[in-house]
Amino acid sequence: MPAGRIKDHWGEQRLFDQRSLIAGVLIVLLTFVLLGRLYLLQVVRHDYYAELSQGNRVRTEPIPASRGLILDRNGSVMVNNEPAYQLELTREQVPDLNDTLKRLTALNLIDPEDLDGIKHMILSRRSFDTVPLRLRLTDEEIGRFAVHRFEFPGVDLATRQTRHYPFGELGVHALGYVGAISEQDLDHIDRAAYAGTALIGKLGVEASYEKPLHGQNGYREILVNAQGRSVERQGAYAPELRAVAPTAGEDVVLSIDLPTQKVAEEVFGDHRGAVVAIDPTNGDVLALVSKPGFDPSIFARGVTRSEYAALSQNIDKPLFNRALRGTYPSGSTIKPVISLAGLANHMLDPHKDEFCAGVYYLPGSRLAFREGKFGRHGNLDLPHAIARSCDVYFYRLAATIGIDKIAAFMAPFGYGSLTGIDIGGEKPGVLPSPEWKRRVYKQAWYPGETVNVGIGQGYLLVTPLQLAHVASVIAGRGKSYRPRLVTALRDVNGELHKLPPIENPSIQGVTDEDWNIVIEGMIGATSWPGGTAYAFVHGTPYTMAGKTGTAEVVTVGRNQSLTAKKTDERLKDHAWFIAFAPAEAPRIAVAVLAENAGFGATTSSPIARKVIDAYLLGPDGKVKPSLLPGGSPAESPAAKPAEPAQPGVPLPEQKQAESPPTSAQAHKQS
Amino acid sequence: MIYEEVNSESRARRTLTGAARILSALKIDGPLVTGLALISVYGLIVLYSASGQSIPTIVRTVMRLLLGAVAMLVLARVNPNFLRRTTPWLYVIGVFLLVAVAVFGHIGLGAQRWLSLGFIKFQPSELMKLAVPMMCAWYLHERPLPPSFLSLILLSVLILVPVGLVAVEPDLGTAALIGVAGVLVIVMAGLQVRVMAALLGLAAVGAWVGWDFMHDYQRKRVLTFIDPQTDPLGAGYHIIQSQIAIGSGGIFGKGWMNGSQAQLDFLPERSTDFIFAVIGEEFGMLGVSLLLVLYMFVTARAIYLAMQTQDTFARLLAGSLALTFFVYVFINAGMVTGLLPVVGVPLPLVSYGGTSVVTLLAGFGILMALYSHRKLVSS
Repeated sequence: MPAGRIKDHWGEQRLFDQRSLIAGVLIVLLTFVLLGRLYLLQVVRHDYYAELSQGNRVRTEPIPASRGLILDRNGSVMVNNEPAYQLELTREQVPDLNDTLKRLTALNLIDPEDLDGIKHMILSRRSFDTVPLRLRLTDEEIGRFAVHRFEFPGVDLATRQTRHYPFGELGVHALGYVGAISEQDLDHIDRAAYAGTALIGKLGVEASYEKPLHGQNGYREILVNAQGRSVERQGAYAPELRAVAPTAGEDVVLSIDLPTQKVAEEVFGDHRGAVVAIDPTNGDVLALVSKPGFDPSIFARGVTRSEYAALSQNIDKPLFNRALRGTYPSGSTIKPVISLAGLANHMLDPHKDEFCAGVYYLPGSRLAFREGKFGRHGNLDLPHAIARSCDVYFYRLAATIGIDKIAAFMAPFGYGSLTGIDIGGEKPGVLPSPEWKRRVYKQAWYPGETVNVGIGQGYLLVTPLQLAHVASVIAGRGKSYRPRLVTALRDVNGELHKLPPIENPSIQGVTDEDWNIVIEGMIGATSWPGGTAYAFVHGTPYTMAGKTGTAEVVTVGRNQSLTAKKTDERLKDHAWFIAFAPAEAPRIAVAVLAENAGFGATTSSPIARKVIDAYLLGPDGKVKPSLLPGGSPAESPAAKPAEPAQPGVPLPEQKQAESPPTSAQAHKQS
Repeated sequence: MIYEEVNSESRARRTLTGAARILSALKIDGPLVTGLALISVYGLIVLYSASGQSIPTIVRTVMRLLLGAVAMLVLARVNPNFLRRTTPWLYVIGVFLLVAVAVFGHIGLGAQRWLSLGFIKFQPSELMKLAVPMMCAWYLHERPLPPSFLSLILLSVLILVPVGLVAVEPDLGTAALIGVAGVLVIVMAGLQVRVMAALLGLAAVGAWVGWDFMHDYQRKRVLTFIDPQTDPLGAGYHIIQSQIAIGSGGIFGKGWMNGSQAQLDFLPERSTDFIFAVIGEEFGMLGVSLLLVLYMFVTARAIYLAMQTQDTFARLLAGSLALTFFVYVFINAGMVTGLLPVVGVPLPLVSYGGTSVVTLLAGFGILMALYSHRKLVSS
């Protein structure tokens, strides 16, 4: 009955049954579709999904290695680690990064000026990385955050080891400092190796020896839930969790002698300048001072922008490492080297008296080169010319030798080139020559400029480190070593791996007799009544050879132009003093530079003397037996018993240091 | 031999009557209730694990199951004729409530689905899951089948009005289920295959047009269904994580309460819409297959009961209820296994929450009433 108006109950029943059967078949088919899908997921692709689910719940968490200590040559701890609370943030757990940072700033936990930098740093890391916002919180800040902790999901306090500098500023320009890993750092480190590390060496030994100091981070696998939080629960779904213990960084043993370094810093007082002391027998840097300094701890705890601005904009440039990077005219400290140049080239009879009338004219010229401070000297042989620092003598000598030979002779002493010290940032200074002037200034060399080189003025620029090295070359009678700050590494097992000193090529063409006569002149400078430094340093219990120098302030640094305007105080001359002792068998060579301190001897030579005293003299006021010829080399750090000493002990002012402060043992040795 | 036979037969009848008499007195179907009970118990076991051993969750679910069971028992005793006569009123009230929701509804979870009656929050869309197929069956009851073209137009209006109202709440999942329940009535009434094909074509066009009216999250769901990896941490996250859960379960599963995906919160909505994945992870393919077998059994029994009914209203309504049940299962399982897009359809009797359990059991109550009252119905 198609299209009928009457209901056909049987037909309808049949139709319904038919449709029900079709529906039943469809249901079975669809169920098989589902089962097929399940078979695909649970049997065919089971391994794939099993691995995904494993990766879901296991996360590796780095365990930072504890950073190696930095010890002085006697085994005293100069840098160690200290637990501190740091504020850290995990981006993926933070609902609104901008808002969170804004509120942290409102709590004074972030310096508003650092906000952009911090945000940038957070965004440059992976979202599940925990990024330190502040490396070290004060107790008051910890309290302030603790109260509001619940308002900051994804931000937490964590104890971390942070770098501790027990002596503050002491030796900062040698030690350097550590700071938060920056974006630039990320470019040249292995990110995986630094996962979990908060601090990285930025400067000095901390940076140069970053690799051994850092050690190797370990890791452990942790069970996490979908929010990435660690869960403790154990059960059948707790997989085997692996863990690899970190390997602590190696300890770095410095050549620095802590007592000597302390004396050097204290006697330097408020002057600006640098002191570098080197052991001529092996190149060990015994003290390295650049003043003013700064407290490296502020970088380890996270320097704020305003703190950094205060440091970097300070007119005294505390961040500037004068010892390695400050370039100054050498002044008269060049005279011994010019003398050696004359002797080596057989252009000088050291015993012949030359007459000093207080002024020198180049042959055929009317340009006057005048004596600096002392008027006229009369007749002088070479030792007396050095001791009394006669300018006319050396004007004449330099003019006689000629610039090409002078430059060629000076180069092996390290003028104009890097000393190769094992920390970065060193400047080469300038060793002028006609060739150099043509290259840099595109000008010809004038004979008058040779005359100026004879007394260390003009284009010649040196760093305090270079002059300390020059002093050690003379002390070693031509034999020298590459300056170094690190003498050994101590691994986690306490085994000491010494680094052999690296010897430089010796100075050629200078006879023993030549060395002796020049050194005699330098001894004269400190111990003959007419010597330029006699008034300040005579009467030492050892023989001291020295040379004063006064650098005219026309060039403070290489980057400052001759026309730069300076304040009156800053127009005063720089005071140099180089020295070594004991003159017969030198164990320490020193260069002291005091900026704007006037005549070289007055300020610099007493400083040099106190540094030498501190290093050479024992408690009895005599040269320590170990430093005398034949004495056992004082080279076993940590083997010496380190006596505890209070930092800041007033130093002996007398000529003879009674008891140089012994190596201080740092409190925390973690 | 004859005596023997009678005796054994009567003995057999006596042993059966104990349980059967109670069941028939209650007007309920033993096998169907058994199937439903097994699924519910299975569901509770899974839910205990999926909810993180939450006793309050279990208690609330048991309460809802009991409420549903009461509804089922009550409705099983209602005379289908009475049910049929009240159908238009039920439908009109339902539509009226949906309009009320749209106007004063309580906003929950970003969608306006609830109507607060002061003491209880009520979801009129749940009522429509039953009212729409009842209305369609009521309309076709007196008319010759297969339905005429005019009837189809009218039925479309009857279905589309509530579906539209639910869809704008917006609750696409429930709207689809209501529509399916209505359409299944028409299909069972003998809708011609060519009309079905034409309607499918129309539906495709409708989907294309409807795209413009969808909410962003709804569009996103469709898009991520097509390629979940486009947004692995956003909309695709559900699908990816549920497939990892099911796939990592393997054949035997990781064991009860040992599914790492579920227990460590990787699986979203693990006790509600995605509980199927928990079964897959913890009980493996065997556990899932067992559940599917139970669902098939219930569906098959329901279809059998529908075929036994004697009038058009009963047949169409019972058939629709039986098939709708399976559609729920298929949509949910298909969504969780990644065969279908993510729509908010719970797994019947297993998913936690909502009043859908009550509606579902009420539907089965109606189905049993239609079956058990069949001799009283004049045909």
